[in-house]
Amino acid sequence: MQSPGALEISRRDLLVASAATVTVASTASLSHFQTSTAAASQSTKISFTVNGERRELQLDNRTTLLDALREHLHLTGTKKGCDHGQCGACTVLADGRRVNACLTLAVMHEGEDITTIEGLGQPGSLHPMQAAFVEHDGFQCGYCTPGQICSSVAMLEEIKANIPSHVTGDLLAPAEVTPAEIRERMSGNICRCGAYSNIVEAITEIAGRKA
Amino acid sequence: MRAFSYERASTIEAAAKAAASTDGAKFIAGGTNLLDLMKLEIETPTHLIDVNRLGVDRIEPTPEGGLRIGALVRNTDLAADERIRRDYAVLARALLAGASGQLRNRATTAGNLLQRTRCPYFYDTSQPCNKRQPGSGCSALSGFSRQLAVVGVSDACIANHPSDMAVAMRALDAIVETVRSDGTTRSVPIADLHRLPGDTPHIEHVLERGELITAVVLPKPLSGKHIYRKVRDRASYAFALVSIAAVVLPDGTGRVAVGGIAPKPWRDEAAERELPNGARAVTAKLLANARPTEQNAFKMALVERTLSAVLAEARG
Repeated sequence: MQSPGALEISRRDLLVASAATVTVASTASLSHFQTSTAAASQSTKISFTVNGERRELQLDNRTTLLDALREHLHLTGTKKGCDHGQCGACTVLADGRRVNACLTLAVMHEGEDITTIEGLGQPGSLHPMQAAFVEHDGFQCGYCTPGQICSSVAMLEEIKANIPSHVTGDLLAPAEVTPAEIRERMSGNICRCGAYSNIVEAITEIAGRKA
Repeated sequence: MRAFSYERASTIEAAAKAAASTDGAKFIAGGTNLLDLMKLEIETPTHLIDVNRLGVDRIEPTPEGGLRIGALVRNTDLAADERIRRDYAVLARALLAGASGQLRNRATTAGNLLQRTRCPYFYDTSQPCNKRQPGSGCSALSGFSRQLAVVGVSDACIANHPSDMAVAMRALDAIVETVRSDGTTRSVPIADLHRLPGDTPHIEHVLERGELITAVVLPKPLSGKHIYRKVRDRASYAFALVSIAAVVLPDGTGRVAVGGIAPKPWRDEAAERELPNGARAVTAKLLANARPTEQNAFKMALVERTLSAVLAEARG
């Protein structure tokens, strides 16, 4: 991946290095606690495919899919917003379906195919939805954007698979792409900057192109 | 989050046995509610049994003309199933009114039934809550109770059940099928699955330790107009203040279950018989023993008005 700037990388490396120092100190006391309280293994080996690449990790069972992606695989495009499934910033695709990566454990995804924003497209070869968000100014601060884009890509597949929504008038008619449908189906992705109308326009454009 | 050990169960019997024989064990399926609560250390299992690979993820016809919904069928898939949309529209509508697209992709049929209340004091570990910490008191009674239950409550707890799906299943008289740790099975009518709080609000259902829900059976389809109407603070992605699942026949009779107002999906067959006499008559019986707080008393009128709208819609 093309690095956006040497300065940003060194800032991130610095943060990782200082966090590691803290981790060593806390692990010493933690390991004493763990050996005295638990006999069974509290970590699990997991093997899954992330953005087309086979990955193997030995993870503390508590590691969410979100933390596995960000902290262990350094795929920091996926964002941690609320960490409680309320904001949608962590949305990724698991076997093609959109999920909140913060509300699922990594160990529950053994053998699955995970796609993050980095897997959808890269600078120079953007996914059409990424390009449409840029074109329509579908963001302001950008923090919710990777989740919005992953969610919208999977959401259009859900419409194509004829999955109904709360605003679908006739449950027996084929699902349609309308602004009302897009808004309802995207309600699990919060944008605090309020870029919703441009997000709907970006998605509408891609839906139209596909149809 | 507290540390825990983890296993992937390969058979239903092994899962139920492991849960019964391991102290502090819990099943995990979708995990959308359990992990949320584990992060806050409201749930503190020491062992998780992952039941996602047990294979009970199909919807099959029953000999009686109904449908058997596997416990692991995701909310999205249940709502999208052609038979559910055609013959049990009230259930499809209830599912689609709940949560978000992402959550419905993970959340399972059994997990939806057993999800826990969203009472703010259950979630706030710095405040007393009899459900979270038996005997500590109920902060909601004199606190922020706008969202909470008005009927079926006790002096110990006024938490409400948050599910939409379960309200429709109550109207449909669904049956919950389980396997116990000794391998025996049983069928529990959904009306009997959840317990009222009384003085033990921490005991929320009748399932035994290690007992695993394997399926939910829908009886044969009900004719009539299927309607689910949900009233909430936002147009989408919010829990119900009041919701109504109804199946109404042309002669005005039918079934009604109400969500958002009680510790379980609320249905009263005697109140239901008043349906031809209108929303006011039904609501008077349905809420006869209600004990609202000052903050949630508005739900009394809201039930009647929502039901009135449902009956108007049913008349077309």
